[in-house]
Amino acid sequence: MTSLSSALPARAAPEGRLIVRHSVLVRVCHWVNAICFVVLLMSGLQIFNASPLLTWAQTTNFDKPFLSLSARHDDDGNATAGLTTIFGHAFNTTGVLGASRGDDGGLEERGFPSWATLPSYQDLAMGRRWHFFFAWILVLNGLLYFANLVFGRHIGELWPSLADLRAIPHAIVEHVRLRFPSGDEALHYNVLQKLAYLSVVIAFPILILAGLTMSPAVDAAFPWLLTLFHGRQAARAVHFLLAAYLVLFLIVHLVMVVLSGPINNMRSMITGRYRIKAARR
Amino acid sequence: MSNLIRLPQTRLTRRRLLAGLGISAAAAPLSACSFDSGSPAALSILEKAEAVTKAVQRALLGPETAMAREFPPGAISAYFKPNGSTDPEDPGYVALRQGGFKDWRLEVGGLVERPIKLSLEDLRALPSRSQITRHDCVEGWSAIGQWKGAQLSSVLTAAGLKPQARYIALFCADTLEETLDNTGRYYETIGLIDAFHPQTILAYEMNYAPLKVEHGAPLRLRVERQLGYKMAKYIMRIEAIDDFAKISRGRGGFWEDRGYEWYAGI
Repeated sequence: MTSLSSALPARAAPEGRLIVRHSVLVRVCHWVNAICFVVLLMSGLQIFNASPLLTWAQTTNFDKPFLSLSARHDDDGNATAGLTTIFGHAFNTTGVLGASRGDDGGLEERGFPSWATLPSYQDLAMGRRWHFFFAWILVLNGLLYFANLVFGRHIGELWPSLADLRAIPHAIVEHVRLRFPSGDEALHYNVLQKLAYLSVVIAFPILILAGLTMSPAVDAAFPWLLTLFHGRQAARAVHFLLAAYLVLFLIVHLVMVVLSGPINNMRSMITGRYRIKAARR
Repeated sequence: MSNLIRLPQTRLTRRRLLAGLGISAAAAPLSACSFDSGSPAALSILEKAEAVTKAVQRALLGPETAMAREFPPGAISAYFKPNGSTDPEDPGYVALRQGGFKDWRLEVGGLVERPIKLSLEDLRALPSRSQITRHDCVEGWSAIGQWKGAQLSSVLTAAGLKPQARYIALFCADTLEETLDNTGRYYETIGLIDAFHPQTILAYEMNYAPLKVEHGAPLRLRVERQLGYKMAKYIMRIEAIDDFAKISRGRGGFWEDRGYEWYAGI
């Protein structure tokens, strides 16, 4: 999640202008958020593994979850295959989901594999400690970011205009051809960037609210949360699915960083300076 | 509390942590400061979150007012997963169970003016509360059940808390983990705010029938604004205490001794 600060010309250069793209606050928030997200994701998968199934209701339906990760066992109780079941359809995901290699090299029953969880081995208590510590940092960091977004009047940089929306097909074609905006066009986010970043800015608060809805104490204080999310287990599902969406965003984000000038992009998020390439003719 | 929860391993080696974090460059700053979440120093930092969570949630809840949602009878779950101990083999408990819990007595002592012993009949004679609530396990699943029992507050009022009392400890009949020093016996502690909450009951009835052994017969605690592991089953003795540091491993409960938060509101 980023925000374009006003495009100040910093220094003219023969190959293009250098502008200050991101304020210090945005850059710090971005990296704090990045670290928090990775820790929260991996500790979250650890927590998910303690009950690797999702139900769209108040309570857990162990017989008919809409998503579950499970293992098939032999007569001795050893895991032989990992299964991912979505709406009743089972897929063999041995080695990754449902059952994967443990420390001893043997197949063990676990939802997400050890390389994806924090800690790597099964330890729900430690997963919760990591999760809630970094959740607080994420929330405080997010409040700072939102305060800047609203009071610094930066929301317009993410909010697509009608003209932007009409240009979506054109932007998609350009992206597919790996032709990225240059010149004055690159002073602002293009419509696909706006939509992607805006979706993340909207997803995070919903994801956090869904997470809080899993807290029995928060439910007592704000029972409307249960109504909003269709129950505690549904909130757990929303929390999980939004996290999955953010992973999807992260992958696309990283790919785009690499494809559209990795050094320029990284510099803009570290020192703030971004080089605008001369406009194509 | 369950078989699914592995007892935490004592140490997380740095290699393992790095292996866990290694897939992401974004997490590199963590490993760079030789973070070892098994070390007491690192753990004590992570554990700071619990105090913040508790303080904020207490502020949101108000001390006693907020009630956990109660559901209509139609919402009761067809299946309520029994967890933790489901059939205690401790000889004392087995004997009581064989006698239909006629000889079972709830001892109430510690920092109280009048230590008392209550039979099931005595408890049933106390003012009761029935509630249909959602049970949230730390593992992540939920089930709705009906519970009926004596309010813990009325039992504590009958015994009379001494001014020094700050926590209520519940000692149970079941051994959930075999240990040499008897620290595998289940117990729990809760604060006075939750102990005197109207929905905090000593339940002897579940889903309109006497509490089954798998769910904690003859008596289990309900603390509706916290997670399931706080709700001790097979309760034998209740003590008012000023500090839980000297009980078992000193962290205020069986699962707390194994790394889980004492405040289980989240």
